[in-house]
Amino acid sequence: MPGKMGADSDGISIKGISQGLLLVLGDGEWPERLDALTTRLNDNPHFFTGGQLALDVGARALSIAQVETIRDLLSRHRVSTWALFSEDSGTQAAVRDSGLVATLETPQSRAPRTPVESTEVRVSDSLVQRRTLRSGQNLRHPGHIVVIGDVNPGAEIIAGGDIVVWGRLRGVVHAGALGNEDAVICSLDLAPTQLRIAQLIARSPEEHRKRPQPEMALVRDGQIVAVSWRNR
Amino acid sequence: MAATVVTITSGKGGVGKTTLVANLGVSLAMLGRRVVVIDADVGLRNLDVSLGLENRIVYDIVDVIEGRCRLRQAMVRDKRLSELFLIPAAQNRDKSAVKPDDMIRICDDLKENHDFVLVDSPAGIEEGFRYAVAPADRVLVVTNPEIASVRDADRVVGLLEAAEMNPPALVINRIKPDMVRRGEMLDIPDVVELLAIDLIGIVPEDPVILASTNRGQPASLSPDGSMAAHAFHDIAHRLCGEDVPFQAIDEPGLFSKLVRLIRMRGDGR
Repeated sequence: MPGKMGADSDGISIKGISQGLLLVLGDGEWPERLDALTTRLNDNPHFFTGGQLALDVGARALSIAQVETIRDLLSRHRVSTWALFSEDSGTQAAVRDSGLVATLETPQSRAPRTPVESTEVRVSDSLVQRRTLRSGQNLRHPGHIVVIGDVNPGAEIIAGGDIVVWGRLRGVVHAGALGNEDAVICSLDLAPTQLRIAQLIARSPEEHRKRPQPEMALVRDGQIVAVSWRNR
Repeated sequence: MAATVVTITSGKGGVGKTTLVANLGVSLAMLGRRVVVIDADVGLRNLDVSLGLENRIVYDIVDVIEGRCRLRQAMVRDKRLSELFLIPAAQNRDKSAVKPDDMIRICDDLKENHDFVLVDSPAGIEEGFRYAVAPADRVLVVTNPEIASVRDADRVVGLLEAAEMNPPALVINRIKPDMVRRGEMLDIPDVVELLAIDLIGIVPEDPVILASTNRGQPASLSPDGSMAAHAFHDIAHRLCGEDVPFQAIDEPGLFSKLVRLIRMRGDGR
């Protein structure tokens, strides 16, 4: 089951856009929306922490103070806000005054140089990257993530859905990061530094495995297990 | 033809960038090229010591940037090779004294009259790294065959890729064949496979290096005097576009087999 898309019971929905994550606040009174956001942040800390977020507040009229309030709330949860979108022109002005981006111009493609034509293809709720992720690089997406390439130690992937690495997986991965224990992690060489599914954590065994083989990690009886693809 | 600006960087400190720059500068000059080496490690200068030129410094790069002297006045000619010059770093300032545009301007000024400008980058990925790679036509990433330094090198390569620079080339420094054999050190195919960039040099650990640094006499001055010197000269040849096979730094067998598996391109284009 993929990570949550579309508005959930709290009215908040999270989308992937080319610049990263977009959180749509939904309808309702402002204070109640802030509470819902707080709850959402508290429930899924690992998914959001340390990342960058764009907000969509719909047609709401917000003052600078309110823009700052929501920005501070996110910042207290170690999330930095780079954009706040709204159809209301007063809100847009307030957003610009507080130094955030108010409208999405033509999305810039940040594709790094690789031999392949495009490195990023958005298909429904999946993110596909055709490149090797290097140390210090991160991917976050509310749906599934597919990497055609390696994931080097020091790289991090966080997905609400499944994670598939068509290459060597040696970094940190977290599938089902929005609370989905049915998520799986597959790789041609499953050797992550740390592996998480939903709220469960597993570390790779210390000894260096001889021959890499395709494996899938999943939750069975409340524990993360890795099964070889051949013997699944 | 304008000079090629080559920045040598690594991420991790202490992997051998300065030694490489000193020795490469010497090797290239011995091949008849006109070379300027720039110490970009403002605040922690070392390249002058490696070259034995520390008591010939009058002006440094920050003096040039701040207009207290002309570029030529800061260029220290090597005491042995007339076509090798050093622009020293400032020891009494820090990296905030230099901006990327400053380095680009300095390298542009040097381009006409020289063949190679080698920039010795500071360790790290912050402002020193940024201004050191700013003028580069090519970047060499130096790593040791150990996990921490390979991790840092990978980060650096990622940053260079994200900045859409030409792919860097790799120098694996301080390799010890017996440790590789005993499984105590990463072997070359592992490092190359993870970093996935072209290999331009493999330099063995060599006791000659420590002595030569302390005496200010780069090992490359005697190309056949040590395995490391030989390796530095090979890198110099490859930088000049020649296709030099990697020498076996071990007895025939293990290492030469590994070396033959590795893809390499002399000019990196």
